[in-house]
Amino acid sequence: MKLGFTEAEEAFRVEAATWLTAALSGPFADVRGVTSLVEMPERRREWEKYLAASRWSCIGWPAQYGGRDATLAQQVIFAEEYARAGGPPRLNHLGIELIGPTILAYGSDEQKARFLPAIANGDHIWCQGYSEPGAGSDLGGVRTKAWREGGDWVIEGQKVWTSLAQFCDWIFVIARTDPESVGSKGLSFLLVPMDQDGVTVRNIVQMTGESEFNETFFDAARTDAANILGEPGQGWGVAMALLGFERGVSTLGQQMGFRNELDDLIEAARANGSAGDPVIRQKIAQAEIGLRLMRYGALRMLTASADGGSNPAAFTYKIQWANWRQSLGELAMEVLGQAGEISDAHGEYAFSRLPHLFLYSRADTIYGGTNEIQRNIIAERALGLPREARTRAK
Amino acid sequence: MRFAFTDEQAMIAETATDLFVGEATSERTRAAMADGSGRDVALWDSLSGTGFVGVHMPGDVGGSELGMVELAIIAEAAGRQVAAVPLIATQAALSALHADGRADLIERVLGGQVATLALAGGLAPHGTIADLFLIEQDGGLVVADRDAVDVVAGTTMDQTRPLAQVTLTWAPIATLSAKALDAAKHTGWIAVAADALGGAQACLDRTVEYVKERQQFGQTIGGFQAIKHRLADMMVEIEQARSAVYWAACAVDEGAEDAELALHSAKAFAADAYATCAGAMIQLHGGIGFTWEHDAHLFFKRAQADRTLFGSSAQHREAIAQIIGLGAIAA
Ligand SMILES: Cc1cc2nc3c(=O)[nH]c(=O)nc-3n(C[C@H](O)[C@H](O)[C@H](O)COP(=O)(O)OP(=O)(O)OC[C@H]3O[C@@H](n4cnc5c(N)ncnc54)[C@H](O)[C@@H]3O)c2cc1C
Repeated sequence: MKLGFTEAEEAFRVEAATWLTAALSGPFADVRGVTSLVEMPERRREWEKYLAASRWSCIGWPAQYGGRDATLAQQVIFAEEYARAGGPPRLNHLGIELIGPTILAYGSDEQKARFLPAIANGDHIWCQGYSEPGAGSDLGGVRTKAWREGGDWVIEGQKVWTSLAQFCDWIFVIARTDPESVGSKGLSFLLVPMDQDGVTVRNIVQMTGESEFNETFFDAARTDAANILGEPGQGWGVAMALLGFERGVSTLGQQMGFRNELDDLIEAARANGSAGDPVIRQKIAQAEIGLRLMRYGALRMLTASADGGSNPAAFTYKIQWANWRQSLGELAMEVLGQAGEISDAHGEYAFSRLPHLFLYSRADTIYGGTNEIQRNIIAERALGLPREARTRAK
Repeated sequence: MRFAFTDEQAMIAETATDLFVGEATSERTRAAMADGSGRDVALWDSLSGTGFVGVHMPGDVGGSELGMVELAIIAEAAGRQVAAVPLIATQAALSALHADGRADLIERVLGGQVATLALAGGLAPHGTIADLFLIEQDGGLVVADRDAVDVVAGTTMDQTRPLAQVTLTWAPIATLSAKALDAAKHTGWIAVAADALGGAQACLDRTVEYVKERQQFGQTIGGFQAIKHRLADMMVEIEQARSAVYWAACAVDEGAEDAELALHSAKAFAADAYATCAGAMIQLHGGIGFTWEHDAHLFFKRAQADRTLFGSSAQHREAIAQIIGLGAIAA
């Protein structure tokens, strides 16, 4: 067991930090420190290209697809330095972290060559088409249909809560390709271009006042017959494997964002004197502990997966960070008091970072598998308790 | 960076688990509780014999030359069985003696003696059976023999670790530095946190086993979502406690900058997680969990003892508040 890094790894840290600092204080100074997922999408797309041009976009990928074959330690270091340098949220988060690794694992050589470099260099920004009006936690309830017609798949149906669909070039879709099937059987995993008449995106305003997610309609939308991952009817396994990649190295970058949020909260508590309150101090200390433990939980699970195994911390990680962040939002409002409920913005519904966190973090315990679903997974898969009864009408 | 046990550490974990599961049985632990000593003498001899007591001491004084990670592994295995042995305070005392180069006293302890540690305002664990007393005084420690202290003990709630009020009544045999006091605390905090981790994991494992067997309403109660979710929440706490304990152990072994923060985090988090899990264990067992006969109360009481030994969770969080720059508490 060892937490420290080697000298060579520390040298890599300096190299990464130097490059990032130069980029984010030079040509990309305007995106430095951006935290919103929807701010300056065009500039952030250029940022993706700039990263890729120097092979800093997907460093863990094989060199032939635009990566650097980076070791786990290097990926950890890069994620930390990226956040420390104030790098903005990756516009292509879903491409880099979810569909990219899934294509690496399940794609044919042609698919890898076609899609991976385009993900690494920001040409293809991706979104996720899983949820539907009738299929949320229970993804087996998917009704969107697809069938073969000539050299294409044709897709009919509706997805919902599609994050960032308004900026995306491609979407990965779970669709029912066997009309007789129910539940997790008979589904296929399709890769679909967004820029076509058959695809319509309609914004949904969320409780923060922003609009990150969308309804996505498929009305005889088409994609080439080759754009399927895994065999027809075997999409469920691919879809679930993709969710496993959610706990990759990017979690460390996410944690650096959390660090900034906690630092803001500490700053606010010092500024208004609540840092002297013994009860608030206890809660802030608990938040500090929770954040640190997230890092070490992530290092445990990343070490295990680099060794080709798994660690129980991988089961608990989602609920751990989601709860932590939601509590941080609540603590922020306790620290800010009534002052946190008003904003200087006139004419638009917009709040500064901490009150925004209070609102936004209600989503953290919902997306990516709700807390209740996470608890079911822990109980059934990690602890071996009986599975829930499932019933589904056809 | 590789945050997983080495092969050697995995082997130590296996050996320690086997030893405690084999020897620290409920019957033997209860016998040690009943005689008031809180010490299973045969188990204590085994621990000395295997080099587990001095796991973190240098070889030239008879130690095993390993570090805090290995010490935590052993304490975790002891905690899993709520073993009745004076391990934690003895190991903390050894660290203090080592910090000040007291090979003479280390040899006494590694020869089988029991040492205890009384921090300012705190009680001495296993004080009634200790041979060597380390007592916090004037920013350091004084070391006294049995005949130089007054030991007052009543009944302790956690009978696996009887507490005593210790007062120095005669001349100490040695005075140790502030550095030694720190070393004792650091080892003590890691050992308590690891004990708590092992205990919490046992609460989860034993409860999972029970709810898979127990039938009510025509099904095993482990199929009820209210029960599954409470057990899942226990696991969420335990996995964080595990990260905390081994982070702290590594941080001390590697002399990391954030070692102080890691130690306070581990002690506060793991002890609280244990208390949560032990409480849930009683609840999910129903009536049988409330009996003297069932072992649930051993865990519940030891969890409470782990929370207060060597500083309460609130005190450790307050220490963190200071470290992260929250300034002073408002008057
Ligand atoms: C901000 C945000 C962004 C999102 N982005 C995307 C995206 O990009 N792509 C995408 O496909 N989806 C996305 N989602 C959708 C998200 O994955 C779903 O909201 C989520 O899976 C829950 O589904 P649901 O909303 O239908 O709620 P439901 O499944 O209807 O759940 C309602 C409540 O019932 C509980 N519940 C359901 N089943 C059980 C059970 N078996 N046991 C106990 N409790 C249960 C849930 O925990 C929840 O509390 C996003 C959601 C949000 C909030």
